Amino acid sequence: MTAVSAAKPDPTAALKSSKTSPPQQEKKTSIASRLVTVTGHWAVRLGLVVVALIWLTPTAGLLSSSLRSPEDISLSGWWQIFDLNSSFPWVIDASQLTGSNYESLFANELVTGSLVTTMLITIPSTVAVVIIGALAGYAFAWLEFPGKDWFFLIVVGLLVVPVQVALIPVAKLFNVVGLFETTPGVVIFHCAFGLPFAIFLLRNFFAEIPRELLEAARLDGAGEVRLFTRVVLPLGGPAVASLGIFQFLWVWNDMLVALIFSDASSPPITVALQQQVRQFGNNIDVLAPGAFMSMVIPLIVFFAFQRQFVSGMMAGAVK
Amino acid sequence: MPTPTPTPPTDEPPGGETRPTAVTGTDLKASAAPAGKPTPPRASVMRSRPWIAFTFLLPALVLLGALVVYPIVYSIFRSTLDASGTGFVGLGNYVEVFTDDDILTAFKNNIIWVIVVPSVCTALGLIFAVLTERVRWGTAFKLIIFMPMAISMLASGIIFRLVYEENPKQGVANAIWVGVHDTFAESSAWPGANPRPNSELAKSGGGDYTTKSTVSASDPAHLPLVGLPPKDVADAAPAKAATPGKSGEVTGTVWLDFAPGGAGKPDVIDQKEKALSGIKVEAVKGGKVVATAETGGDGTFSLPKSAEGSKLRLPAANFAEPYGGIEWLGSTLVTPSIIGSYIWMWAGFAMVLIAAGLAGVPRELLEAARVDGANEWQVFRKITVPVLAPVLGVVVVTLMINVLKIFDLVYIIAPSQSQSDANVLALQLYLSSFGAGSNQGVGSAIAVILLLLVLPVMVVNIRRLRREARR
Repeated sequence: MTAVSAAKPDPTAALKSSKTSPPQQEKKTSIASRLVTVTGHWAVRLGLVVVALIWLTPTAGLLSSSLRSPEDISLSGWWQIFDLNSSFPWVIDASQLTGSNYESLFANELVTGSLVTTMLITIPSTVAVVIIGALAGYAFAWLEFPGKDWFFLIVVGLLVVPVQVALIPVAKLFNVVGLFETTPGVVIFHCAFGLPFAIFLLRNFFAEIPRELLEAARLDGAGEVRLFTRVVLPLGGPAVASLGIFQFLWVWNDMLVALIFSDASSPPITVALQQQVRQFGNNIDVLAPGAFMSMVIPLIVFFAFQRQFVSGMMAGAVK
Repeated sequence: MPTPTPTPPTDEPPGGETRPTAVTGTDLKASAAPAGKPTPPRASVMRSRPWIAFTFLLPALVLLGALVVYPIVYSIFRSTLDASGTGFVGLGNYVEVFTDDDILTAFKNNIIWVIVVPSVCTALGLIFAVLTERVRWGTAFKLIIFMPMAISMLASGIIFRLVYEENPKQGVANAIWVGVHDTFAESSAWPGANPRPNSELAKSGGGDYTTKSTVSASDPAHLPLVGLPPKDVADAAPAKAATPGKSGEVTGTVWLDFAPGGAGKPDVIDQKEKALSGIKVEAVKGGKVVATAETGGDGTFSLPKSAEGSKLRLPAANFAEPYGGIEWLGSTLVTPSIIGSYIWMWAGFAMVLIAAGLAGVPRELLEAARVDGANEWQVFRKITVPVLAPVLGVVVVTLMINVLKIFDLVYIIAPSQSQSDANVLALQLYLSSFGAGSNQGVGSAIAVILLLLVLPVMVVNIRRLRREARR
């Protein structure tokens, strides 16, 4: 995501329904029109339930498939875990479920190794982007240097540069310096492409720190480094959290960069799974649990930090 | 500022009316700045030397310079060279981009993507956001719609490969489609069943089978069929020989003329042989259907007296293969199908941003309009949408930029046979640059084109920033 503008409201408002009750109409309304309103509300509710079910179905299909034996998968659809003809169609037939797909997946060193690689890529690049972005964001917000406005305009311009532009040139560059097809290479690439958003977000946040706070710290004899680590970073907590979540999810979920730059002998989970997709059809018992496993951590992060995720999104960016 | 919330005004015409909190500002002022402090300090408090600032900036500048700015310059340069990177070809690669059939398909598909996805996502997001506003479990609904945003394109791709699987016993899309189709169109009772060669029943065109001789009430017809695996008839009742009709009805039996173990005699209803129920039998006289009947649980049927002297026909519909559903990932539907999966992922994004905007629509205004007699649709059209316009703009532009770069979903979902039909620019760039027989000159040209396509947004962003800085 990219458009610089974007709203900046209270992030909680986005996911929560408005608390204000519908305005009570005091006007006399005919019974007929009231009936229309009531059925209208019920129709709306029913419609929303249907939409929610449609939205859940694809993921439910993956989860169900990942828990069925290869024989069951080839014989019948994943929805057969529900007995749709019974009077309790929502009851799951647990006898069809098995953890054996996951067991064999975890016994596979390639898979566990790829999860480790994903972590080795995601965590360092998230930490690095936060640190480097915070340093630059602080400089743009509070330090004086020639060409400051121009540099910041360039950073804003870089927000929308597609990753694709860098693939060939960086592949060449990394080849020269020996970073091509290495995990550190992937980390550095993600770090660079996370920076425009990081700097943009953090500069805007840091600029809001009350000047008096910084001046007081300065009077107390704090140097640049101390000011940065003791005052600016702690106050920037919320923005740093948003940024961290974004970068984490983006890097964890990335496939394109990893496809080109990662070490072929220890690829991250997205690349490992992508290689399996070619034989799609007879390997659903590998693909489904693999895909689900790759989703678990992003989903946990997402549900645990929705607020930060939404506020980061509002501040103007998802890649 | 008139509003109680400390919201910085943005590109509002001077003296304009109050802006709601939700749709302003590029920054996080509302949460950090105390009210009544309208602009951030422009001059720095710190009288630091420039070299300190550059030390802070150094890591970012090095990374951005080497991995973002330099590649832009290099891509432009590389796009003028041939595949090997030694010969200068001028605009030759661009000519190839605009003449190659595969790449033109990619352009065409990208245009479809850029038009369809932002409009559908925004429309859905608006509908969901408005409808959930007053529903108590709206938060749960929003989380469900929003959740796919946390999932990788790869996982979503695998999820939708499963959804679009062509076999209706595996892909839920076709299972539903076939289910709907079969409730309206009759499905055949015994697909694959057929008579023995040279038996009483013979092919009579269009997949029908007709008896060679005419039937009479006194002599019940025997219509044996074969060609079904025993497990298909495991639940069927044993076949029963029909008794002659008491008052001139024409009767008969349709059964599977095969006993497990091969004990049965051809054309004779043996003990263990199974009845074929639900088969349509037509009595044909002089080319016209005079009567029809359906076999019962024991395989017998009974036609009215008028069938006397006619030939019996088993129409093809009895034996048609079951309807297989739609080829979602075939060459014609593959792009719409993948777009569907993208909408599944990103409608939540539009919904959440729009919901945040809605929260900023001034309640008093809405209620004032309602008191003045405006109906809900008028309130929506005349107040909500105009107030939301900036948010809708951001959503559409953001989605456009994202869709322009779409790669993973297409790469994962499109099967190799229809990959060229689903082609998009970013996929072509990857294939041209790193695929078999790659030509990095063409790949770079596509990269430059992608960059040119996002350039307007870049310019708008920069201009907006400068306008804000001047204030």
